[in-house]
Amino acid sequence: MSTITLDTVRKVYAGDVEAVKGVSIDIADGEFIVLVGPSGCGKSTLLRMIAGLEDITTGEISIGDRVVNKVDPADRDIAMVFQNYALYPHMSVYNNLAYGLKNRNMDKAEIDRRVKEAARILEIGDYLDRKPRALSGGQRQRVAMGRAIVREPAAFLFDEPLSNLDAKLRVQMRVEIKRLQKGLGTTSVYVTHDQLEAMTLADRLVVLNGGNIEQIGAPIDVYDKPASTFVASFIGSPAMNLLKVKGDENGLSLVSGKGLSGANAFGKSAYTLGIRPEHMSVVEAPKGDGNSGVDLEIKVNVLEPVGAESYIYGEFAESGEEIVVRVESHSTYEPGQTLFLRAEPKDVHFFDAETGARIES
Amino acid sequence: MKKVQFQSRLIPYLLLLPQLGIVGVFFLWPAAEAVRSSFYLEDPFGFGSTFVGFDNFIDTVTSTDYGRVARFTGVFTFFVTALSLGIALLLAVKADKVLRGASSYKTLLMWVYAVAPPVAGLIGILLFDQHVGPIVDLVAMFGWEMQVGVSYSDTAIAMVVAAVWKQVPVNFIFFLSGLQGISKSVQEAASIDCRSGFRRFWTVTFPLLAPTGFFLLIINITYAFFDTFGIIDVILKTEPGNNPVTLVYKVYLDGFRGNDLGGSSAQSVILMALVFILTIIQFRLIERRVHYT
Ligand SMILES: Nc1ncnc2c1ncn2[C@@H]1O[C@H](COP(=O)(O)OP(=O)(O)O)[C@@H](O)[C@H]1O
Ligand SMILES: [Mg+2]
Repeated sequence: MSTITLDTVRKVYAGDVEAVKGVSIDIADGEFIVLVGPSGCGKSTLLRMIAGLEDITTGEISIGDRVVNKVDPADRDIAMVFQNYALYPHMSVYNNLAYGLKNRNMDKAEIDRRVKEAARILEIGDYLDRKPRALSGGQRQRVAMGRAIVREPAAFLFDEPLSNLDAKLRVQMRVEIKRLQKGLGTTSVYVTHDQLEAMTLADRLVVLNGGNIEQIGAPIDVYDKPASTFVASFIGSPAMNLLKVKGDENGLSLVSGKGLSGANAFGKSAYTLGIRPEHMSVVEAPKGDGNSGVDLEIKVNVLEPVGAESYIYGEFAESGEEIVVRVESHSTYEPGQTLFLRAEPKDVHFFDAETGARIES
Repeated sequence: MKKVQFQSRLIPYLLLLPQLGIVGVFFLWPAAEAVRSSFYLEDPFGFGSTFVGFDNFIDTVTSTDYGRVARFTGVFTFFVTALSLGIALLLAVKADKVLRGASSYKTLLMWVYAVAPPVAGLIGILLFDQHVGPIVDLVAMFGWEMQVGVSYSDTAIAMVVAAVWKQVPVNFIFFLSGLQGISKSVQEAASIDCRSGFRRFWTVTFPLLAPTGFFLLIINITYAFFDTFGIIDVILKTEPGNNPVTLVYKVYLDGFRGNDLGGSSAQSVILMALVFILTIIQFRLIERRVHYT
């Protein structure tokens, strides 16, 4: 177990592709860090630099007290779980698990003990003699996990380990990974593009965008106070609604009509207003009482029941800006119907219209 | 893939006819003829033939000359196969390191496959030319007067080198594509599990390459046995003298130089049986070839 420190780490690939642009993160001992962001944002590159599979262009990575920039992957005391499992096809499950230990000249009895123990924890004891091709996707995933566990490394590195599994298994394995990591207390860095996976697994999230960190924080803090419109639209599902707001000396007004009151406290001419679908309620009539909440008037396009709740996909008559609203399960709304919505001040986010950065009110 | 249904049931057979014709005229007919004449003692001037049963076979396998040639063929095959597989594997591993990520080289290297075998065969022989051959000049600097076509061992070495030279590019391409077929993340997982690149090669890369290796082994044995005829002929210029020859070359010498058609036919029937066995082994291997996914 160990801390991991990234100090202004950059990666420039051949052909001047700057995949990671100066990232710094301090990962605490035993912490579960999730790197999340859209495809191509540099998550894998960052993880692979920690693993030693990619050279670090500039900056420094330390595992524990040791700078590992020049350390061979096998000597970094890390174990990695790959997206396609990367099991050795010609070795039995037992040997897949034992291979890394044998190469470290570990005592045979100790190898056996560790393999059996990992097999017990992961419930793969019955397949130890099988070759990977005789296993299902979920079983292969467990073997890949087992290969990491037996090493008892300073850190686990996961690169989208669940994305090849079907939805049900994915949820199951997600819970299991979390349980395992908490049980073992091993520092972990986990890469995913799935915000739900990120939210549920992470002690702290690192939201990446185009090789930069957009925000680091506990999942619930990132959800409550997204640092930018990018984070706002990436974390949470369905995504936060982002609406255009004009500001002048008289105050603020929605581009999509009425319903926003309050002074233009920040003196800008344009803002982006963010409201999550789950933070609006359908009301009989707009309050319009000058308090700082938001009143909206929308036209219903589609009602999408997902069982436990339903979503209204609607738009503003004036501008055509679209909006998603969560409503109760079994709600009945007709397409074309006009609705009044209300959001309370604490649930309303402001962002700079140009930079997308959060404006604290 | 789109499936085309022929109007008439006869058309497919009609389309196959030229190919079947070629196989029949250039392979089946001569093969049958060889089998037939292996049981006869032919008059060298074509005035008739006498049925002698298995005499030709008995004469062939009991002659000391045949034993000597068979031994040389074995040694020759061993060296050609081992060296051309070994060198090709080494080159392929080196090339694979460079190629990971840089696909533009890959197309370039394919040219080796397209151009090399016939040209390389000729060049390989030129290397040993008594007057202009660079290898002859090179070893001369170390005091070795190489006399290809005169000294038995020098000729044998030249044959092996020329044959290896010609076969390495073919093996190289197969090994390279085999290496490229090994998943990148498996190699990476191995680099985390095992520090030593050498050990990694023998425990992960090599076993994953084994199917390709088995396949090439058969191909190379067949090559060393049969396809080296041209190389040997160019080196010996049909004047074998005291020089080593392989079994296939001996068939030609005995039949066309020695005019012993019966004995030569018997030898070629033995070789045919050998090809047959090799082919069966090869099919078995390909069938059983493990496909890792
Ligand atoms: N080996 C490479 N050579 C050049 N560019 C690469 C290489 N690997 C990744 N990239 C580029 O770097 C960026 C980040 O890639 P990656 O880290 O794989 O993203 P992610 O894992 O977040 O999807 C992408 O633009 C990708 O095209
Ligand atoms: Mg990735």
